[in-house]
Amino acid sequence: MTRLAFPRFLHAGESALVVEYGDTIDPEIHDRVLALDRAIADAAIPGILETVPTYRSLMINYDPERLEPTALIELIRNLPTAASESSRTLRRWIVPACYAPALALDLAFVAGSLGLAIDKVVALHSSAAYRIYMYGFAPGFAYLGGLPKALVISRRTEPRPRVPANCLLIAGGQALISTVPMPTGWHVVGRTPERFFSLGREPIFLAAVGDEVTFEAVDEPTFDSLEARAAAGEPVARMAGVPS
Amino acid sequence: MSGHLAIRAAGPGTTLQDGGRHGYLRYGVGAAGPMDWIAHLRANILAGNPENAGAIEVGLGGIELQVEGGEIYLGYAGAPFAVTLNGQTLPTAGRVRLGLDDRFAVKAGARGAWFYLSPAGGFDLTPVMGSLSTSLRSGIGGLNGRALAAGDRLALRGGPALPELGFEERAPARTGPLRVLLGPQDDYFSPAGIRTFFAGSYKLSARSDRMGYRFEGPAVEHAKGFNIVSDGIALGAIQIPGDGRPIVLMADRQSTGGYPKLGYVIRADIARLAQCRAGDAVQFESVVVETARAELFAALRTVRASLAAAFKLGGADLSSEFLLSQNLISGAQSAAEET
Repeated sequence: MTRLAFPRFLHAGESALVVEYGDTIDPEIHDRVLALDRAIADAAIPGILETVPTYRSLMINYDPERLEPTALIELIRNLPTAASESSRTLRRWIVPACYAPALALDLAFVAGSLGLAIDKVVALHSSAAYRIYMYGFAPGFAYLGGLPKALVISRRTEPRPRVPANCLLIAGGQALISTVPMPTGWHVVGRTPERFFSLGREPIFLAAVGDEVTFEAVDEPTFDSLEARAAAGEPVARMAGVPS
Repeated sequence: MSGHLAIRAAGPGTTLQDGGRHGYLRYGVGAAGPMDWIAHLRANILAGNPENAGAIEVGLGGIELQVEGGEIYLGYAGAPFAVTLNGQTLPTAGRVRLGLDDRFAVKAGARGAWFYLSPAGGFDLTPVMGSLSTSLRSGIGGLNGRALAAGDRLALRGGPALPELGFEERAPARTGPLRVLLGPQDDYFSPAGIRTFFAGSYKLSARSDRMGYRFEGPAVEHAKGFNIVSDGIALGAIQIPGDGRPIVLMADRQSTGGYPKLGYVIRADIARLAQCRAGDAVQFESVVVETARAELFAALRTVRASLAAAFKLGGADLSSEFLLSQNLISGAQSAAEET
């Protein structure tokens, strides 16, 4: 099999260009995506409408009346990008998470399937440092990388018809935070009172792609009180280094 | 005036759509916007509104409405539907004055799927994340994030008195295959799979909606599985899941996805695709990016020219310079300019 030379510049129609840095989930590839994203924002290129950072590529939506793709590729090649850890604006969110059985519907199943104690699954899930690789599917719906290898599990054989918003989900070696009620085949291992998407609040979206997230286990009474505060529009996650 | 458009009857899936919600794709917020962007643009220009203004998107279920609290001028365009004012047939596109006792109705015709109504002066509604577009899946925008229904009253800003005008929509200038620009994941399909896709005839499935148009027909063979590490999605993406049947992602598409995308239906042909109905047969044809661009620019020129002619017929004092001065590309607001 031939190795692909990255970055690849790929058409996504005549109004979007994909700059692809790899085809796997990898923090170094993601760093390059974020570095280009930042460089494009800094350069404020007329005709670029908006960009979409994902795991391994950046989609650049542009106005074809103002930009021609060959010229756009040339502009991008000449942008100064420094894909180093230090170029990433590192923000770490400490997000309360409740792993009580009433909220963590699949926790016991996950523990049983993986041959781990429930406490061990909670400890693993809540001790890991996750990175927000991408938003997708629904507003504020976060795709996280950094799930411990011991928690790699395939999807449920029977999807659940509806799980509530703000669930912590795992499957296929990935972790998610949901923001809307939805059907899912992912395992519900906990719930957060935090809203990653809240229309009435400023900011509407708590965190940005590239931010880090860790979970802090809270008991059910604490969850209930944080849930009430979050429902009233107050952020209940905190940034590392910033006192709550 | 502080009038209202009062919906007396509306089929399912009648929604408010402007040029789309731009700048939030990176947070997972789909753009939404009109299915037939050309007809949406025509309705807005006919109303004298900005090209990305909010308009009512009417589906096969049709709509009936009245105005309350004053008169209003309504620009309308779209599929060749039956348009009536107090039971009298109107031309299939144009601008009409609605007075207090008038009843305006649109019913689906023999072909086409979407129709647009734009009140001169626009709607007096609060945009959500900068847009009036309704995303039914996320429950945001439009009127409380939902479809319009009988009993709804939409506040109007009101506009100046305008001459009425009307013209008959002709059949689409172009028939024949929908043109496709390959990529970004055409390398996920075998050469035989790509040949199948461009040689096959596909029928639009009844399981299609504003999010995606699903096709029934020959299965397109993948070369290396049908899962990719998710990447961005734009309008017209041709996603091919495990069963090999293409899904073209339309206005309510999600912002990212994990199925390989063989190519994109070019923007010039999106409006024509949008107006297909379940059971309609389509074929696909591969073109290069230069063709996709040229066809988009030609489509824009055609809209401008036909409307300039319509304004002349209607005696409106609008020069073609005025029309050309309008930026007719939807979503031409730079995210960089906003921040």
